[in-house]
Amino acid sequence: MALSKNAWLTGLRYKGGGTMITWLLHRIGGLAMVVFVGFHISASFFTQQLGSNVGVFINSIYESPYFQIVLYFFVIFHAINGFRIIIMDTFPKLLEYQRELTWLEWIIFIPIYGLSVFITIMRLFANG
Amino acid sequence: MRARTVPQPAISFEYIMWMFTRISGLALLFLGFLGLAIALIMNARNLLDMPTLARWTFFPNPNHIVDSKIPDVTQGWANAYWQIVEMVIAFFGISHGLNGLRVVIEDFIGNTIWQPMIRGVIFLMWLFFIIIALYVILAS
Repeated sequence: MALSKNAWLTGLRYKGGGTMITWLLHRIGGLAMVVFVGFHISASFFTQQLGSNVGVFINSIYESPYFQIVLYFFVIFHAINGFRIIIMDTFPKLLEYQRELTWLEWIIFIPIYGLSVFITIMRLFANG
Repeated sequence: MRARTVPQPAISFEYIMWMFTRISGLALLFLGFLGLAIALIMNARNLLDMPTLARWTFFPNPNHIVDSKIPDVTQGWANAYWQIVEMVIAFFGISHGLNGLRVVIEDFIGNTIWQPMIRGVIFLMWLFFIIIALYVILAS
């Protein structure tokens, strides 16, 4: 299947429900992490081995609280969703309860992510 | 409704990488929790703040804890043990991530002439990032 011109529109119209949203977020978050970790390793290499300012500039973007809030979402969601996928693949009988497991996943995700965002925002206000 | 019975898969590249994704995912979760637990045992509650502890959990590198109240990182926070843990995390993380990139790209391009070319490019990227990561781990 080649990437057709209307693939994005078709994807938006496709009503996969909550489980499709987790699939989509898993992919987007995974790709975002590949880009992030790739640039981050390269930045550390440039700083340590070549003494270049490019690495310092890239890492200064990563230390911004706004970037951290987005990154926490991708990392924590990818970890919890991946754990759900591994559990369902190991015990295929649980596939029957995929919707319930997806709700359970959000119940676990929201407090962990919410607390991280809360602390990040409080620090942002405290530091001005 | 009962779960469908899945036939025994043949050993193929896709099957090995499917299995590797699960095993490396579990290993990364385990190593993350291990780093978090040992940091908390080493009094991270008083020495680190939340973003620093999160950075350490993702990758236990001494550069990740420069913004902390740790008096001397060589006392438990930077040694050969953490370097080995970092190498394992780097290997699993880079392989897991670039294999995921391959899966997503091949979902779009399908079985065309682009497939072996993309695989070659991703293999070179894998080699590049493994070497770069080893340099960073051993030099920090």
